[in-house]
This record gives sequence, C-alpha cells and structure tokens, in this order.
Amino acid sequence: IQSLSSPLCLCQGILRGIRAIKGPEYKHSLAYNYVLDQFCKKQITGERYCLAQEEALYASHSYLCLLISTRQHMALYDIYHGKGQHDTEEMAGIVGLRLPAQPGGRAGRSEGREKTLIPHQRVVKSSRWT
Amino acid sequence: MLRNLVRFHNCLGHAFSPPTVCPRGQMFKLLSVKSYSIITERKKFYEDVSISHGEGGMFEINLDRRKLKTPGGKLFTAPNEALAIAVANEWDTQKDILKFYSMHMTTLCNTALDNPTFRSKDQMITAIIHVYNCTEIETEPPSLVELQNNEWDPVLNWIEDRYNVVIGSSTSILGPEIPQATMDTFRQHLGSYNFWSLTGLEYVITQLKSVVLAFALIDKHITVEQAVLLSRLEEEFQIGHWGNVEWAHDVDLYELRSRTAAGALFVHFSSESSTVKRKLMQD
Repeated sequence: IQSLSSPLCLCQGILRGIRAIKGPEYKHSLAYNYVLDQFCKKQITGERYCLAQEEALYASHSYLCLLISTRQHMALYDIYHGKGQHDTEEMAGIVGLRLPAQPGGRAGRSEGREKTLIPHQRVVKSSRWT
Repeated sequence: MLRNLVRFHNCLGHAFSPPTVCPRGQMFKLLSVKSYSIITERKKFYEDVSISHGEGGMFEINLDRRKLKTPGGKLFTAPNEALAIAVANEWDTQKDILKFYSMHMTTLCNTALDNPTFRSKDQMITAIIHVYNCTEIETEPPSLVELQNNEWDPVLNWIEDRYNVVIGSSTSILGPEIPQATMDTFRQHLGSYNFWSLTGLEYVITQLKSVVLAFALIDKHITVEQAVLLSRLEEEFQIGHWGNVEWAHDVDLYELRSRTAAGALFVHFSSESSTVKRKLMQD
C-alpha cells in the first residue's frame, strides 16, 4: 500500500469536505458521525500490523478524493457548462430583437406559426442642436 | 475526443432516470437522446435523509418518510452501512436542484440492483477480459517514451509479480501477444469477486481505460490520483508542453477522479465484511 497521509490529516480533510458541502450544520450529518466513529474504532489495536487499519486509511483517502473531486468538478461545471437551449423569446432578446404580438395572443405564445422579429423601438432624446 | 465520447456513453449507460419517489408538479430537466429520456436534474423534494435497517441485513435510504427506489422500481438497498451512508450523503448534500450526474455511488448501486443489461457474472468477466488493455507505448517524442517507461514500468512489474503473469507492452497498434495463461489467471481472479464488486470493477476499468491500472487501484497498490495520472499520462505530457485549458482539461481531470474514486470505494465497500470480536480481559 502506498504511503498515505496520516490518519489525523485524512480525518480532518474528510470532515472539512463535509463541512464545505453541508455548511454550518455539518455536525448533524450522517457522514460526520460515521467517519468520526470509524476513525475512533480503528485507532486502538494491540497488533503490530493491523490490516483493517490500513484498509480503513485507504478507503478514507479514496473518500476524501471523491469529496474534493466532486466539489471541484461541480464548481467548474457550474461555470463552464452550457445552460441549455433557449426558447425563441430569449434568443431574440439576446440579439436585441423581440417577438411581435400575435393576433389573439401574447408575443411568442402561439405555436406552429412563423414568428417574425422586429427591432426594439428606440427612444430618441431631443438634442439642443435640433 | 474518443475518451470524452466513451465517457458520455458511460454517463448515459449509468445515469438512469431518478427514483420513482416523486411528488407531482416537480420541474424536470430532460435530455432526450435517440428514443431515451434521461432526467439529469430535478428540483429537490425532500428535507431529511436517513438510513434504516431492512430485510436480510440490508440498509435502506429514506428521503423524509419515503423509501428510495431504483430507476427500475426496486427498493433501494445497500449491503452494508458504509455504502448506505455514502449514498445517503450524496442525497443529503444536494442543494435546491438534484444533480444526478454528481451522484456516482447512487448510480453504481442502481446499476448493481437493476442490472439493466441483464448480464450474468460470467458475461461480465468475459467482457472485462475482452477489454483487457493492450499497453501501448508511443514511439515519439522520445521524452514521452521515457516518461511512459518511468511511470508505467513499476506498475507493470508489480502486476506481473502479484499475479505471476506475463504482460508485455507494444509500439504496434495491434498490441502485444497476451498469453492464454495470463487470461486464465485474470479470469480466475475476477471470479472471486461478487456481482456488486464486479460492477464497480468494470466501472473503474471503463473510466481508466486500463485493466492493469484498475487492478493496481483495487489492490491498493496505487492511489486514485496516481491511477488517474497514469491513465491521462499522454494528456498530461501534452498539457505540460502546450498549456492547460481549464474548461476542458481540469473538468476532465476532476470528473475522472470523482468517478474513479467512487468506483474504487464501491468495490471496497462491496467486498468487505467486518465482525467485532472482543478480546478477553486478562488480570
């Protein structure tokens, strides 16, 4: 087994990861109590080499990696991921156009009809030179 | 590009529709691919998450007062407490919108419970053997060849010693000749895993694109970060030469790490069993 961080560092890292996700109430979460319980259980042994302790350390390292990687992936995903397809009204608004009002309905609400786009009406302020 | 296509395919294969516990009037975000509708996001519809004991020593997940179900309609059950808590934590950490694509442990459990491809253990082992990686070494540039030799040789030597097999590497696109004895050894080793562990192992192999790396990871010879680095070695080499693009390379890196870590944990939790035996106090 590759050399891993110390049990204390791993435990602190996992609890920090849980707090980053859950917020101030992280101490009431299932994972918090279970992680603390497992670290306490596995620390006391009369044996010189405890396989269970090594496996628990490895599982802790993997879980810490899972927590950190998922959080970082989601942070990048929220920044860079496309927001999906816009509807026609939103697309028109992006380029400075709006949908005309359809007969008997509001703009953009009738389906199956060909929509035409008209520019926004501009308000021209009178200047002192006219 | 091909790696991303394969990962996208895997995402579709594993990211099933959400559980059937679903109040009315919830907003969905649908991603329709071909004839399938895969729900990727949903508004959160519960407050508390807890676990409880079920039949046969299994653990169930409760969302408020309702029991979680798999996409196939079965009651969601986990074989041990550690796995149940890992899944419960995924549901508990969701904010206003449920993001199913970030819940890898739940996805793996759903796959193991539903077995949507209706495969037996033997069929899964055969599929893994067919996917067996032909470790290909690039021929140029020389610095990449040297990097691959330095990084991969210890892992290849380890697996040859550990399983008493012969694994070669090749610069040819056809790959090296793999002895039948090596295949038989791996087949026998895979047969010792239960169905849940095999599901997780197949997932790890699919993510890392390497049976060798998956075995090294599951046998705790390397960490998740090291396995991902070796899997992306050529990509890391190119990044070191041309620069890093956050919206592509970093997204790919963290997604691969989270999926691989989830798979490794899933195999670990599915194959462990623990009992407590107290020592007698000695006066």
